[in-house]
Amino acid sequence: MLLMAPWAIGFVVFFVYPLIATVWYSFTRFDLLSPPKFVGLRNYRYFLFDDPNSWKALRNTFWFVVFMMPARLVSALLIAQLLTRIRRGGSFFRTVFFLPALAPPVAATIAFAFLFNPATGAVNTLLGWIGVEGPLWLSDPALAKPVLLTLGVWGMGDIMIIFLAALLDVPIEQYEAADLDGAGPVQQFRYITLPNLSPVLLFAAITGVIDALQYFTQAAVASALASGVATTGGGTASSLGYPDGATLTYPLWLYQMGYQNFYLGYACAMAVILLVISLVFVSFMLRRSASFLGTEDLR
Amino acid sequence: MTAVEVGVRGGTERLDERPSRRRGRRNDRLLGIAEHSVAILLTAVFLGPIVLIVLTAFMSSGQTLTSDLWPHEWHLSNFRQVFVEAPFLTWLKNSLVYSVLATGFMLLSSFPAAYALARLKWRGRNLVLLAVITMMLLPPQVTVVPVYRMWAELGLTGTLWPLILPNLVGDAFSIFLLRQFLLTIPQEYSDAARVDGASELQIMLRVIVPMAKPAIAATSMFMFFFTWNDYFGPLLYTSDEPSNWTVAVGLASFRGLHHVQWNLVMAATVLVMLPVVVLFFFAQKAFVEGVTLTGVKG
Repeated sequence: MLLMAPWAIGFVVFFVYPLIATVWYSFTRFDLLSPPKFVGLRNYRYFLFDDPNSWKALRNTFWFVVFMMPARLVSALLIAQLLTRIRRGGSFFRTVFFLPALAPPVAATIAFAFLFNPATGAVNTLLGWIGVEGPLWLSDPALAKPVLLTLGVWGMGDIMIIFLAALLDVPIEQYEAADLDGAGPVQQFRYITLPNLSPVLLFAAITGVIDALQYFTQAAVASALASGVATTGGGTASSLGYPDGATLTYPLWLYQMGYQNFYLGYACAMAVILLVISLVFVSFMLRRSASFLGTEDLR
Repeated sequence: MTAVEVGVRGGTERLDERPSRRRGRRNDRLLGIAEHSVAILLTAVFLGPIVLIVLTAFMSSGQTLTSDLWPHEWHLSNFRQVFVEAPFLTWLKNSLVYSVLATGFMLLSSFPAAYALARLKWRGRNLVLLAVITMMLLPPQVTVVPVYRMWAELGLTGTLWPLILPNLVGDAFSIFLLRQFLLTIPQEYSDAARVDGASELQIMLRVIVPMAKPAIAATSMFMFFFTWNDYFGPLLYTSDEPSNWTVAVGLASFRGLHHVQWNLVMAATVLVMLPVVVLFFFAQKAFVEGVTLTGVKG
């Protein structure tokens, strides 16, 4: 098939070969300058037992999977639900809630770092007006991730639009029938809205997990800004994961090890582990959702 | 499937047509007021950061260090200063080259692939679709090291070409998105053209492409936004070559170049956001349809 020929080339050159090569490199010591040298399982052993940051990075990334993905989904669903009920100014509100999703991640992160600036940021200024002394936010190991979660929820507009379209597609007769049967709003949500939305929810959850596993830009920019160092080039090293490793995500650590320290074999071992984790998450979600949202999701 | 139909019909318009199903006028009105109040409150929360960025962009650098939120004087010159203090124009140009070429290349290669996947029957089609979805879902970090090595051997690291050229062989997400749309065009159009003796290439170019314009617009916008906002890619390949940086990488370094000049950082931030927002308002309808299309599975 001639039409698929370019894609087939791309599939082999940019996917199949790199995937195989990544697995091979993961068993080697490789620094890009000299050819890879086989070292067996040493990279994996280092990851599991010796790397002071690997588990921290993994824990941080899981935090984003477990908290940020659901927070984005739930807030997007609630706001979409609200939008279906708004009579006046619907298109205005829709645009407003969607707008933050358009903000480039680097720009949005800088903006949040500025707003959550402990000394002069708008958030602490507002808190000051009501007599509360604001915390350090991005410079506080306990609060840095929650601030990034807020940033994620702020940009939930893309998911919201998908949910909104799906909500509007739920047959209105089902709600009318439920009204007649005396079902309350909560029951209607549980037995009509959720089942109708399950394919879309599943899609959003899977892409949400994948996004969370790749979480890089915001964490890199926020930690650099909060620590007061420039981000690009070799500059990341000193600020990596600031404060106290709280924002050191898995892709950040992979980037650091691979492209700042040039332990590319080790970066490949991390990539293989990331691949396994992605596959486990996605298949787990497909399995689980099949059991409680109905089997049709697996189509 | 349902979401596809919504997208194609422009589901967002139907929001305003939807009849009320609630009875009881008094309660209805009270609830309506409550819901609008919540919406207005949320508007403040969602627009607040954007408004504050814009306000800060006009402040003097001294004022950004105070807690006053409204500019004492409006410093329009901040926007000019951005170009003076950093090679911002070069970064803008690089971003534009990256975004425009990547988007153009993506269309050239991804549309035919999506066409073959959606509208032609052939052995192994479902397998290929599964491969496309897998490529779409796997984190790029998984394959990044060998790909980086390939470009290094070609001597192209340090430039943006490693990010632009792969689009010549198609982008998995774009293929998927275009396919979802092409599925919704009734097969009869192709059949009629075939009866008239049109070749498969003619059908694709003369019949299907004009009908798929909204999807092409939406997919192009996604690609444009993705490349414009991309940070990991340009950082990976060009971090040692500031003259090849994009605005995303440049903006991230901006604070480091100018320690406390928040007003300039915010002016630069506004300049980076502006093209995206303008593009969005020009093609809002196509874009919203496109976002809706992503909500469906293969």
